[in-house]
This record gives sequence, C-alpha cells and structure tokens, in this order.
Amino acid sequence: MTNVKISNRHVDVYYGDNHAIKDVSIDILDKTVTAFIGPSGCGKSTFLRCLNRMNDTISSCRITGDILMDGEDIYAKSVDPVQLRARVGMVFQKPNPFPKSIYDNVAYGPKIHGLVDNKTDLDEVVELSLKRAAIWKEVKDRLNESGTSLSGGQQQRLCIARAIATAPEVLLMDEPASALDPIATAQIEELIDELRHQYSVVIVTHSMQQAARVSQKTAFFHMGDMVEYGDTTEIFTNPVDQRTQDYITGRFG
Amino acid sequence: MTFLTALSIVALAVLFYNFSRIRAISAANGVQANLHSRPSYHGLYSFLWVFLVGVTALIIGSILTPHPMVLFGVVAGLSAAVGIWTTRGITAETRARNKAERIVTGILWACAGVAVLTTIGIILSLVFETYNFFESLGWRVDKFLFGTRWSPLSGLQDGVMDPDRVGILPLMVGTLMITAIAMIIAAPIGLLAAIYLSEFASQRVRGWVKPMLEVLAGIPTVVYGFFAAITVAPLLRETGDLFGLKIASESALAAGIVIGIMIIPSISSLADDVINSVPQSLRDGSLALGATKAETIRQVVIPAALPGIFSAMLLGVSRAIGETMIVVMAAGQGANLTANPFEAVTTITVQIVMLITGDTDASTAAGPAFSLAFTLFCVTLVLNIVAMRVVRKYREAYD
Repeated sequence: MTNVKISNRHVDVYYGDNHAIKDVSIDILDKTVTAFIGPSGCGKSTFLRCLNRMNDTISSCRITGDILMDGEDIYAKSVDPVQLRARVGMVFQKPNPFPKSIYDNVAYGPKIHGLVDNKTDLDEVVELSLKRAAIWKEVKDRLNESGTSLSGGQQQRLCIARAIATAPEVLLMDEPASALDPIATAQIEELIDELRHQYSVVIVTHSMQQAARVSQKTAFFHMGDMVEYGDTTEIFTNPVDQRTQDYITGRFG
Repeated sequence: MTFLTALSIVALAVLFYNFSRIRAISAANGVQANLHSRPSYHGLYSFLWVFLVGVTALIIGSILTPHPMVLFGVVAGLSAAVGIWTTRGITAETRARNKAERIVTGILWACAGVAVLTTIGIILSLVFETYNFFESLGWRVDKFLFGTRWSPLSGLQDGVMDPDRVGILPLMVGTLMITAIAMIIAAPIGLLAAIYLSEFASQRVRGWVKPMLEVLAGIPTVVYGFFAAITVAPLLRETGDLFGLKIASESALAAGIVIGIMIIPSISSLADDVINSVPQSLRDGSLALGATKAETIRQVVIPAALPGIFSAMLLGVSRAIGETMIVVMAAGQGANLTANPFEAVTTITVQIVMLITGDTDASTAAGPAFSLAFTLFCVTLVLNIVAMRVVRKYREAYD
C-alpha cells in the first residue's frame, strides 16, 4: 500500500565550499509522515529545502544527485520551481502569516495559481483549508482580521491552512512546533496525523518524542550524512548505528 | 580671561573627580566590595557638581560683567566650595551611582528640552508676526489666502500693505505644481530603484550603489540649481521648439524635474531600508507557496512595506515643498498665476527669500515673510500629521 513519492539518489548539497549534505539516498513514502531528526546543523533542514527547491533562492547553494517526484526529476530544466512549490507545500519554523486578512492569507495560493474561477469556489477552498487545519472554528467570524493578530499557535495553523490551500501532494514542515507552547504543539501534532491520510508529510524536528509520536518513518542525520532510515519504532527501539543510539538516548546532540 | 576661568572649572572638576575617587577607596578601607557605588561614580558625582556649578556661575557672571579677576575668583571659589562639599560626605554607603545617574538624566532631559523649546520659540514668533501682519491688513485673511495677485511691496503706503496685492494663491499654485512635477518624477523612479536594490541587486552592487545614493542625497541644492538653469532649462526650451511648444527659459517644468532628480536618492535610500526590513520569512512563505518573485514583491513585500514607503514619499514631498535654490534659479521670481508648467512660476520659499534679501526695510518685509513661512509651516505640519496617522494605522508589528 505504501509507494514511493519522492526518490532521492546520491544527493549532495554545497553552500559555497561547505559540503552540507553528503551522498544522501532516501525514499519518501506517500501518505506517510517521515521525520528527519538529528543535532543542530546536521543538514536536515537543508535537505528538506531541496525537496521544494527553496535552496534555489540561495545563490551560493549547489545541488547534485537525483531527486525524483513520482518518477520525474524535479531539478530537470523543464521543471519550473515555482510550479513545483505549488505541489510541494512548506510550513516554516516560525509562523509567518502575511500582513493580510486571514481570508487573504489562505486565498493567496489559490488566487496565484488560478485554482478557482469565482468567489464562491474561493470561499469554499478557504473554508475547507481552514477546517483541515483545525482552525476554522476559531476564525470563522473574523476572516477579515489580520493574520498577524492571531496567537502563535493559531498563526502556525493558519500557515498550514495556507499551504494546504494550493492542494499540494507533499507537505514539508520545518520544526513547525518549536516556537509553540505544549497545547498548541499537541494541536499541530494531531493535525499532522490527520494530514497523513491525504499527503506525504515530511517533518524536521528537534524533539524526539515528537518524531516518535507523529511519524511512521524516521531518518537520522548527522553532520551531513543520513546515518539511518527506517520505521520509526525500529529507529527508536532498535537502532543499528552507534551514532543513532547515542543521539536518541541523549548522549550527544 | 574668560577662557582661563573656564579652564579652571575643568581643572577643578578633574581634581575633585580624583579626590572623591580616592576618598571613596579609603572610606572602604581599600576594599571595593565594601562600597555601595564604584569609586569612579563618586568621582563622577563630584565632577558633575563642580562642572555644572562652575559653568552656571560663569554664564551668570558673564552677563553681569564684573571685573575679570573678580569673576575668576568667584567662579573658581564657588566651584571649589561645591567640590569640597561633595567630597566631605563620602562614606562607603553613599549612593553615588544613583545620584550621579540622576544628574546625567537631568542633563539629557535639558538637551531634549533645548530642541523642543527652540521649536516652540520659532512657532511662537511665526504666530506673533503673522498676527501683526494680518492685523495691519485689517484681518483680510481671505485676500491673503485666496487673492490672485502677489506684489506686496508695490502697494506699500506708510509701511502698510494693500490687501489686494498680498494674495498668495499664485505662490501656492506654483509650489504645488513644482512639487507635483517633482513627485511624478521621483516617486516611481525612487520606488523602483529601491525595489531593484533590495530585491534584485547582488550584495556587491548594493554595496557601492547604496553609499553612492547617500552621497548624492548630500549634494548642495545650489549645484542642482545651476544644473537646472544652465542645462535642463535650455534643453527643455529647444525640445519644446521642435514640437512647436513654447517653453519659457524659466519654467515650473525645469525646476520640478530637477527637484525630482534631487529627491530620488533620498526616496530610494529610505524606501530601500524599509523594504529590506520586511522579514525574509514573509518572502520565503510566499515563494514556498509557488509565487514568483514578482508576485511576492507585488503582493507581499510592497504591502508590508507600504507605511514606510508612504513616509519616504512624504519626506520627498516635504523636501520639494521646502526647496528654494533650484526654484530661484530655474522657475523664476515673478508671481504668475498659471496652471501651465511651461511658464515661469514662483513658490512660497522663493518669495520669502526675495522679501528678506530685498532693499525693503526689514521690519516691513518681515510681516509678509513670516506669514508665508507660517502658511508653509501649516502645510507641512498637516502633511506630517497625515503621514503619522497613516503609518500608525497600517503599521504591522514584526518580531
């Protein structure tokens, strides 16, 4: 039932002379939550940003290797990163709602990509996205208020709604709960579990409990290497590599 | 002698600084940890007292003008007495830091006060002189504001002006027309330059364009003035001739264009700062949704920077309204009520210059000059208030 969504083969990333990702090969599965864990600076966020070509915006960044989504090379000349990013949504570490109304925040993507032709359809997309992001009840009476007026946890769910609204196939999350309190974190985690039924979700996290709670697959990164990749339960109960074991038992990191 | 007296104040202040410091150390039996305040604060406290009392005495003494030797004696004596007073009570428990900081706060407050008081003084003198002038017109303020003829000195009789010849409408129209022309040039170019600098230029290009813009913003307006009069105005006239348009050798257009060029650097430099301060996370958020760079700039970055861009524009408008030199040289001095930018016009600031530098008795010329200045002040004040309200209304808080 699980099939490969994004297949990565021998991916290397350089920032100038800095070799940030070293020969990483990993298959990201569809309708699965994959967690990237590892100490700070290990390259997990860098690798995440390869999957929607956000690294293209950094001029000193160079990427080699093959990244195939549904068998198609996303770094091929024929692929426009702008179109790709509509298919691979991203949620950032710090909530970054636009200084626009809550409605316009969610409507931004669909409008740009021309996903809807009329106001009624747009209203529907906005409502559906906010519902899926489990924030509709809290904001349905204040859709015209600024997105920045919400609390941190609400802002992050708004950003998730915004990412969902463009109907992506993959959702990348870069430490989506690290700036939130435990209650908001629990809400986000519940939401991630919901999203798994429709999307392939990749989450970078510093919290091993979070990785254990929300993911089915876990990859451990260390100093640019992907050390170990497997079922989350396996990684946490029976790691093969010494470095993985040291990290998950808290001996370094 | 005054110089010597001043020097003696500084010398005494330094002397008592050290004296207090040493006393504080000995009061603590040489162990610094026993002191409430560090020895340097004890020194600072004495220094400030000696210095302030000395300077105050010197200023008061200079006004009373006694014999220089007496002045010296009194000032030095007072300073020394205060110095001894501050050093006598030093114990380990003396809260010298708090006391010294309170004095420093007072000095800072006084400096801020000077700026505010000066402004209030200027406004009061404007109001006062304007009041007198309007009184001499028999309170025909309507003729002043809406009269179409400006020739205040031609209707002078026994130092009183003819209300029919002090209409500022031509000056107002001239000012607004030149400002409008300047902004039509400067607003789009300045904004687009700022967008290029902040969103597209490489670090290297930005590194030398930005300082250059700031240097450009510092060129004296006189230089732009003769550039306008000697290069731009003839060029416009000849171009106009080609198309059968009659453009005067002094025209609102020439002055407006050059003022526009002059304020481009200020607008783009300020707007660039504002656009740069839009958090990168917003750009990333937009790009990650599959927006192009253009869409991101148009729909996210510019709206977020709008209040700041607006105030950059208003700074440009204020500078255009207040500009004098370029207008004197390129737009003319004759008060001419026209809506045609190809003709010579004059502005409020230029007429103030004409009145004050002319042959007329200063007390006669001051009335209309101050009234013009007051009008100008009101216009820029309203602009500033509007700007502040807009900025406050649309300001977004980023953390």
